[in-house]
Amino acid sequence: MTGLLILVVLVLVSIAIWQLTKIFDLTQVGGDSSNAQIANDNDNNVNGYLMFAFLVFIYLTTIYCVVEYGHFPLMSNSASEHGVEVDRLMWISMILIFFVQTITQALLHYFAYKYRGKKGNKALYFADNNKLEMIWSIIPAITLAGLILYGLYAWTNIMFVDEETENPMVVEIYAKQFGWEVRYAGEDNVLGKANVRYIEGTNTLGVDLADPNTQDDIQANELHLPKGVKVLFKIRSQDVLHSAYMPHFRAQMNCVPGMVTQFAFIPTVTTVEMRNSKAIQEKVTEINRIRAEKSIQLVKEGKAALDPYTFDYLLLCNKICGRSHYNMQMKIVVESKEDFKKWLGEKTTFAQNAKAEKEANEQNETVIDTTVNVTKDSTLVASNK
Amino acid sequence: MSAHDHAHEHDHGHEHEHHHKDTFITKYIFSIDHKMIAKQYLITGLIMGIIGVAMSLLFRMQLAWPEESFKIFNVLLGDKFAPEGVMRNDIYLALVTIHGTIMVFFVLTAGLSGTFSNLLIPLQLGARDMASGFMNMISYWLFFLSSVIMVISLFVESGPASAGWTIYPPLSALPQAIPGSGAGMTLWLVSMAIFIASSLMGSLNYVVTVINLRTKGMSMTRMPLTIWAFFITAIIGIVSFPVLLSAALLLIFDRSFGTSFFLSDIFISGEVLHYQGGSPVLFEHLFWFLGHPEVYIVLLPALGITSEIIATNARKPIFGYRAMIASIIAIAFLSTIVWGHHMFVSGMNPFLGSVFTFTTLLIAIPSAVKAFNYITTLWKGNLQLNPAMLFSIGLVSTFITGGLTGIILGDSTLDINVHDTYFVVAHFHLVMGISALYGMFAGIYHWYPRMFGRMLNKNLGYVHFWVTAVCAYGVFFPMHFIGMAGLPRRYYTNTAFPLFDDLQNVNVVITMFALIGGAFQLVFIWNFFHSMFYGKKAEMNPWRSNTLEWTAPVEHMHGNWPGALPEVHRWPYDYSKPGHDEDFVPQTVPMGPDEEQLHH
Repeated sequence: MTGLLILVVLVLVSIAIWQLTKIFDLTQVGGDSSNAQIANDNDNNVNGYLMFAFLVFIYLTTIYCVVEYGHFPLMSNSASEHGVEVDRLMWISMILIFFVQTITQALLHYFAYKYRGKKGNKALYFADNNKLEMIWSIIPAITLAGLILYGLYAWTNIMFVDEETENPMVVEIYAKQFGWEVRYAGEDNVLGKANVRYIEGTNTLGVDLADPNTQDDIQANELHLPKGVKVLFKIRSQDVLHSAYMPHFRAQMNCVPGMVTQFAFIPTVTTVEMRNSKAIQEKVTEINRIRAEKSIQLVKEGKAALDPYTFDYLLLCNKICGRSHYNMQMKIVVESKEDFKKWLGEKTTFAQNAKAEKEANEQNETVIDTTVNVTKDSTLVASNK
Repeated sequence: MSAHDHAHEHDHGHEHEHHHKDTFITKYIFSIDHKMIAKQYLITGLIMGIIGVAMSLLFRMQLAWPEESFKIFNVLLGDKFAPEGVMRNDIYLALVTIHGTIMVFFVLTAGLSGTFSNLLIPLQLGARDMASGFMNMISYWLFFLSSVIMVISLFVESGPASAGWTIYPPLSALPQAIPGSGAGMTLWLVSMAIFIASSLMGSLNYVVTVINLRTKGMSMTRMPLTIWAFFITAIIGIVSFPVLLSAALLLIFDRSFGTSFFLSDIFISGEVLHYQGGSPVLFEHLFWFLGHPEVYIVLLPALGITSEIIATNARKPIFGYRAMIASIIAIAFLSTIVWGHHMFVSGMNPFLGSVFTFTTLLIAIPSAVKAFNYITTLWKGNLQLNPAMLFSIGLVSTFITGGLTGIILGDSTLDINVHDTYFVVAHFHLVMGISALYGMFAGIYHWYPRMFGRMLNKNLGYVHFWVTAVCAYGVFFPMHFIGMAGLPRRYYTNTAFPLFDDLQNVNVVITMFALIGGAFQLVFIWNFFHSMFYGKKAEMNPWRSNTLEWTAPVEHMHGNWPGALPEVHRWPYDYSKPGHDEDFVPQTVPMGPDEEQLHH
C-alpha cells in the first residue's frame, strides 16, 4: 500500500515540475527564440553551481554510507587464516579507490563549475600533451602492478593446496535444490567414490557403497569444523550450479554438476569466540533490536513473534539455482579439536549404517525369505511333477 | 546560391526520386534510409527500455517490502504470477532475468549502438547512406522480431526465462529445475539467436561503411571519436557475438535433442538424467567470451558520444585525440581476453584465474587515460551546460565511480568474497548500465535536432538529468555496502537470513531512490514524444559543432546532402582555435595559408 501511495505522490510531483517548467518556458517568450532550447549564460550558471552541489552530494552520500552502513563485517574479523590476508588487500584497494574517487570526482565537478560557459569567453586551445598522457598511463600502471602482484601472491597461497605435505582434513560439501549436505572422509581421510547414479533410498549423496574408502565416511547435515586445522572441501552438486559461499571465512567455490571443485582454509575462530567478539555482539544487538520492533508489529497482526537471533557461521548458496535459492543455507560450527572429535564420534559411518540397515533388513528378509522358500518349493514340486 | 548549384541540386533530387518512390511503407516502415532506421532503433529501444526499467521497479519493491502484498503486482503480473499481490519467487527471478536481458541487449546494445551508429556513421563520414541499406533494413527488422519474441515470452504459461540473464545451464536447460526453463527459455534462445543475426548484420555494415565510404579528405585520423567508437564496437561485436550464438545453439541441442554439451551427472526430481560428459563451465566460457566484450559493446559507443559532446560543449578540442583512439583500441583488444574474471570461483584452474586477473587489471590503464582526458578537456573550457553536456559529465562521473570498484572485482583474491553479491550489481550498473544510459540520453539530447528537426525542451532536460543523477547514486552507491556485508544477489527476499536483517533499511532507501528515478524518466519520455511534434524548430547547426552531420539540411532527404558530398579539410575538434573569429571551425573549412595542422 505504501508503495502505491509513494507512486501517486511521485506522479503528482512530476506533474508539478512539468507545470513549473511550462511556466518557466512562458516567461522566456519574447527572448531570442531561435536558440531558446540552447544553454544560455543563466543555464550555465545554475547548472555549474549544481555541479558543485552534486560533488558535495557525492561526498555526503559517501560519508553517510561509510558511517551508517560501513561496519564492513566482511573486511575485518575474518574467521579463517587466509582471510586476514584477503582483508588486508581489500583495505589497501579500498583506500586507494576512495582516494582516487575523491580526487577525480572533485576535479571533474569542480572544472564543470569553474569553467561554466559565459558569452565572450574563449576556451584554451589545448589538444595534446604527451607528458601528461605518460603520467596518467604510468602511475596507474605502477599502482596496478603492485596490486596485481599482491593479489596473485595471495591467490596462489589460497588456491593451490598441496595435499601431500599439508595433509588437510577432507570434507565433501554436497549441494542440491535447495539444501546442503556434508560428508567427512573419516579415518583414512579419503572420500569414497560417488556419482549421482548411485542415489537410491537413504544413499542421498550417491556414494559407492562398495568402495572400501566409503566405509568410514560420515554423512551429516551440519558442517562442523575443528579450529586450526586445514580443511579441504571437495564440492559437488546434484542438479544445477550452486555456489558454496562462506563469507565469514572469505571462502567461495561453485558447485558444478559432473565435476568436483575444491577450496581449502583454516578456521581460526570458534563459533563461541566469534559470538563473544565485540563487532559481532554489536551486530547481533542491532539485529535483535530490529527483530524486536518487527515482532511487536507481527504480534499486533496476530502472527508469531520472530525468534531472537544468535550468531552462527553460515554456508549460503550464491549462484542462482531455482525458486528457493534465497533460502538455501546450512549452519557451520567451528569448535575446538576435542569438541569436533566428540561430535564426529557420535555420528555413524557408512559401514555402520549399512550394517544396521542390513540387520534391519535381515529381520524383514527372514519373513520374506520363508515366503520365497515356499514358492520356490512349490515350483520345485511343480517342475518335479 | 548560384544557378549552377541550383541545377545540380535539382538534378540530384531528380535522380533520387527515380530510385525511390516514397510511399508510407517504404518511408516509415521498410525504410532503407539510415536516418529512419536509426529512429526505428531508438523508438523500439525506448519501448523496450520502459519495459525493462518497469520490471526493475517491481522487483525493487519486492526487495524493500518483502512481506507486503501490492495490488500493482497483481495488476501488472496477473493472478498467476502474483496471486493476491504477492510476487511468486520464481517470477521474481524471471523479472531479474528479463530486466537484465532487455537492458543489456535490447536497450543498450541495439537501442544505443543501433541508433547512433546508424544515424552518425554516414552523416559524420559524409556518406549518402550505409554500405548496404537493404541489409540495414533487415538488421532492424530482425531486431524488431527478436524484441517481439522476447516480449511474447513474458506471456507463456510457465513463465519467462528465469535463470538469470547469464542463463547458466543446467538451470536454464531443465524445466524440472525452474518452470521458466520451459517454453519461456526456448523463446528467449530463439529471440537471442535472431538478435545476434541482427547485430551481426548491423556491425558488418558499420565496418564496411567506415572503411569504404568516407568522403574526400576524411582520413581515419580525421574521424570523430564517435565513429572510432562505433567502428571498434562493431568489430568487437563481429568477433564475440557468434560465440554466444554457438553457445545458444548448443544449449538448444542440449534442451531439445538430448545432447550433453553442458550437462553431466544430474539427478533431479527423483530421477537420474541421461546426460554424461558435458560441463556447465564450458557454457560459462562461451557465454562470457561474448558477455565481457558485451560490456564494452555497450560502453564504447557511449564513450564515443561523450567525447564528441564534451568537446563540442566545452568549445575545446578533445584532449589527447590519439590517446583516446589508442585507448579505445586497447580496451577493445583487452576486452576479448578477460572473460575469465567472471569465473574465478567457477571451478576452472586457479592458474587461469591468475592470468585473467592480470589482463583484467590492465584494462584500468586505458580507462584511466580516458577519464583523465575527459577531465582535462573540461579544464579551461567554456562549458555550455546543455542537457547533453550534463549527461556526458555524469557519464564520466559514474564511469569513474563504477570503474574503480572493478579493481576489487578484477582481483581474483578479493573476488572470492564479493563474487555474486550486491557489490557486483552496484559495480556493473554504475560502470556500464548507468554510464551507457547516460551516453544514450546525451546522444538523444544532442542529436535530437538532427533526427527530428526540432529541439528537446532544455528545462525538462535539466530536471531529467539532476533527478536521474541523484537517484542513480542513491540507488547504486549504498548497494556497494550491502554487497560488502555479504548479501548475495538474486535473492527473492533476505528474510530467510536474520544475519542480513540490519541491511533491510538500506534496501528500502535504494528502492525509494529507484522509484523516484524511474518515475522521473516519464519527464524524458514526455519531452521526447511531445517535442517530436511541438518542439522548437531546430536550426541547421544548433550546437555550433564542427562535424559533418550539421552541414546537411534539417529536412530529411535520402542521400543526406543535396548536391555534392562535403569535403573534409581538417580534424573535427578545431574548437576555439586561435586565428579564427568563431569558436568553431567546421571540418569543411579549408586550412588557412599558414594555419597549423595538429598531428594527423
